[in-house]
Amino acid sequence: MFGLPRKLAVDSAELQRRFYALAREHHPDFHQAAPAEERARIEATSALVNAAYRTLRDPIARVEYLVRLEEGRETKEGDIDKPKAPPALLQEMFEIQEALAEARSEAAKGALGETTRATLAEQRESLRARLKDEETRLAGPLSARWDSAAPAERPAILAAFKEALATRAYLRTVIADLTETLDSDTETLSGETDSGIEGRHGSAEAPRTRGGMGGHIGAPHQ
Amino acid sequence: MSSRIIGIDLGTTNSLVAYVDEATGLPRVIPDADGRPLLPSVVAFTPDGIVVGEPARRQLARRPADTVYSVKRLMGRGFEDVKDEARYLPFRILAGEGLVRLAVGGREVTPPEVSAVVLKALKERAERHFGESVEKAVVTVPAYFNDAQRQATKDAGRIAGLDVVRIVNEPTAASLAYGLHRLSEGVVAVYDLGGGTFDVSILRVKDGVFEVLATNGDTHLGGDDFDRVLALWLLEDIAARHHTELDRDCVDLARDPEAMQELRLAAEAAKIRLSSEERTTLTLPFAGFTYRREMTRADLERLVEPLVGRTLGPCRRALADAGLSAADIDEVVLVGGSTRVPLVRRRVQELFGKTPHSQLNPDEVVALGAAVQAHILAGGITNMLLLDVTPLSLGIESLGGIVNVLIPRNTTIPTSAREMFTTSADGQTLVDLHVLQGERELAKDCRSLGRFELRIDPMPAGMPKIEVTFLIDANGILQVQAKEQRTDKEDSFTYAEADVETRMLIEARNEADTVLVHAGRALKQGAHLVDVAERAAIETAVAALRAARAGDDRDRIHEATTAVNRATEHLAEVLMDAALKGALGSRRATEILGER
Repeated sequence: MFGLPRKLAVDSAELQRRFYALAREHHPDFHQAAPAEERARIEATSALVNAAYRTLRDPIARVEYLVRLEEGRETKEGDIDKPKAPPALLQEMFEIQEALAEARSEAAKGALGETTRATLAEQRESLRARLKDEETRLAGPLSARWDSAAPAERPAILAAFKEALATRAYLRTVIADLTETLDSDTETLSGETDSGIEGRHGSAEAPRTRGGMGGHIGAPHQ
Repeated sequence: MSSRIIGIDLGTTNSLVAYVDEATGLPRVIPDADGRPLLPSVVAFTPDGIVVGEPARRQLARRPADTVYSVKRLMGRGFEDVKDEARYLPFRILAGEGLVRLAVGGREVTPPEVSAVVLKALKERAERHFGESVEKAVVTVPAYFNDAQRQATKDAGRIAGLDVVRIVNEPTAASLAYGLHRLSEGVVAVYDLGGGTFDVSILRVKDGVFEVLATNGDTHLGGDDFDRVLALWLLEDIAARHHTELDRDCVDLARDPEAMQELRLAAEAAKIRLSSEERTTLTLPFAGFTYRREMTRADLERLVEPLVGRTLGPCRRALADAGLSAADIDEVVLVGGSTRVPLVRRRVQELFGKTPHSQLNPDEVVALGAAVQAHILAGGITNMLLLDVTPLSLGIESLGGIVNVLIPRNTTIPTSAREMFTTSADGQTLVDLHVLQGERELAKDCRSLGRFELRIDPMPAGMPKIEVTFLIDANGILQVQAKEQRTDKEDSFTYAEADVETRMLIEARNEADTVLVHAGRALKQGAHLVDVAERAAIETAVAALRAARAGDDRDRIHEATTAVNRATEHLAEVLMDAALKGALGSRRATEILGER
């Protein structure tokens, strides 16, 4: 769509320049007099251009998009591999979650103790640093390796991408959980996340659910 | 039909209309007959009819219960959203489900209906200026307005007879007005503190493209709040200094809407004076005593400091979302009357480390920008393009009451997103899609935009493939589609569409009521003046209207209303004739009217 080489390393100034040109060409503002059908088509194109730019300007989103493209190509519908984080990380995250659960029950009784608070804050800082490292590695050396890899090497890099993305997802979730506990320990936390939803989901007929199929944002099919 | 598009700033306190002058290529505000550019966004519902603008503003203290101001703060909101501030409003807000309704001047009105009165006045102002009818407008809204508030604004336009061809965010509009000549390429922060709302937008201006990188704000923070804290402070001071008189006369000022309105207006005036002067004297005459006190700018700043502080958080969040720090901002633009407050300027300057722009009148700059956008849409400008964003994340409620975000905040619009969902129970035939807007993780903490149910064929849990598509148009308004892919069952909705129908039905009924009252009165006064056949015709038309009014068919109500009007036309003429005869002899009313 942008006429740029299909690589993870993107010249962001050039991408922006081409995005502005495409945005101009396809923006509904310049097609007000067109018939309704034509306007709807232009709006859809404009949405696609915007989504594509959003994906391509962010190095992590680029990797995520690449993984989806490659998976879509190589796997049959339904048996997309679930991204897996390294077992050591899972074990570690599990331990932090346990400590968090304890902290929550502590907070439910009163306020968080000074030591608990300090430990949690420290953990959050170290996880944030690791998240940053992981993102740098993904956007930097890993992305560069993909760009220069021979076709035979690609599956291995793809697997590394998936692992890094999964690690990132776990880190982000745990950081968010930590932040929630740290920020809201003055409020009562116990059961807050579960109550109040019961009523909405009470009807036996229509429990609504998100699927494990994880669709994606307006995938640009260039 | 004219293809002219006007730009309208529908403000909390004041509204304006502007256009781009073909000769100079510059946007201009259209003043009223007396040369005033601002139209106070105040509507009074008096026994003699609806009054708007300056005359209505003068009614504020005299008829507080029937004079609506700051209605923008109620647009697209439910009673629960506004009940806290409703306590401070002298007009009555009706409790109930759905969007708020006001009880003023002996009738019920919705906020869009009140706004429509303001829009109509601006439309007529523009029509007088151009000497031709105007049907299309670009209308601005706070960037942080949600979907419901945007829809309500579009509805207001529709009620006023204006096709709102585009909703534009106020700070972005302001950047367009500045962008014509005054901005160089770079990153711009627009700080917009108006009468009732606060917005901040970070934009990149390059190659004629105005790309909004992030936006944030608070739709319930503005000059009105400054006035309120000041008025409450004055109230306490009056109570402390004049308790003897107050007790003697058994007066509770807080329960006296007229006194409170006087107090609010005095507070507003003092606030405005303190922007240019260091000190001012307030004089307020009450029954039995006169309150007088001197106030300094420091007094005011102490009172409003927390409110000004509340604008800084959104500024920092917008910067963070744009992936920038304050040092990356090249220029700062101030918009909205409340940015005249020196404390606001100081805080903005401290935060961004730049002297803000304020060459353009902060009251007019949004309207000027709306005119520029209108001119772009009309094809008059082709080298400028505005790429705006959606201010709030949009998603679907999924299992456990968690919001599954489809479109994150600050996504460039138009945009679309698609995601697959499935069912969790075997044989499920109804899938409840709950569309939400907001930044919180749980559905109950976000704003519900609507629910709709998709009927599907029974299948084992996890089997259905429900594709949900969100499309946000260039106005920032969402459309949702859902489709079960295995069976091709489909449904879609635009939020509040059904609601608009309901409101238009209510309007039709209100109109019918007015006509029925008039017809009833005419029949009572003038039944003896017309023949039996005519009386029967009127009675038949009235009965038909009553029947139509009881139903839900808006078109039928309209038709029946018109029929009654037609049937009573002659009677009304006869009645007027009879009334005029006394004073003017025997000439017919039509002759007299014809002489004008």
